[in-house]
Amino acid sequence: MLNQRDGGERLDRVFQALADPTRRAIVERLARGPAPVSALAEPFAMSLPAILQHLGVLEECGLVSSEKVGRVRTCRVDTATLSLAEKWISERRLLWQRRLDRLGALLAAEEEQGESEKK
Amino acid sequence: MTNRTVTHGSFTLERVYPVKPARVFHAFADAKMKEKWFAGPSGGWTQGEKSMDFRVGGVEVSKGKFTDGPAIEFQAAYWDIVPDERIIYSYWMTMDGKRISVSLATIELKPEGNGTRLKLVEQGAFLDGFDDPAVREKGTADLLDALGRSLEG
Repeated sequence: MLNQRDGGERLDRVFQALADPTRRAIVERLARGPAPVSALAEPFAMSLPAILQHLGVLEECGLVSSEKVGRVRTCRVDTATLSLAEKWISERRLLWQRRLDRLGALLAAEEEQGESEKK
Repeated sequence: MTNRTVTHGSFTLERVYPVKPARVFHAFADAKMKEKWFAGPSGGWTQGEKSMDFRVGGVEVSKGKFTDGPAIEFQAAYWDIVPDERIIYSYWMTMDGKRISVSLATIELKPEGNGTRLKLVEQGAFLDGFDDPAVREKGTADLLDALGRSLEG
């Protein structure tokens, strides 16, 4: 059961984690298959500690998990986090976000028109 | 054979609009106004039958199809309407004839300064997932794209 207390909060954390373009790029890379941290860091012009920080955020919300074997830490997407139910709920939520933004733009445009008519 | 599953979920969204509650309410109550923001951008979507009866017990119907995508049907019934303050309706959606969700949507409008705070809560039963892992993977990729666009936009 995904309610606001557990699933909803987790979903919020997932959304926050994915608000960052670097973290989205990392998830997109991992969606193609597991990769060691060094390979994940390669395409980015930033320090390894910075990448590790991003990975920390992704691990905290459960989008990514990692495992250390010897000296190599390998990361993978935890697909369970983006389960179908959550995907549906996320999509519905996104749909509503876009709707409410369009409504806002519409109301603002009307308001402006109203103002100019008063003048 | 369909694997029968039900997952319950809910989410809450809030927005503050710089207009009086009556104006926001009108955007939900008036079919012509609602059409301007409720439906998605026209690209890739063919609208079929559409009707709206905005009163307690009244029904709203929308049918359509995505280009190269599934046919979607939406049917809602309004159960509580307090002008300028509250709207509650239930609705179901089908995708290619299969029912994918049955939900309850609650919209509250409260004055805030010179504007209105809108709170939307959707509580739903999401039905019979597409359990094909390939579909799921594609869906995850689509979701990530959509997330990115909405967050950047």
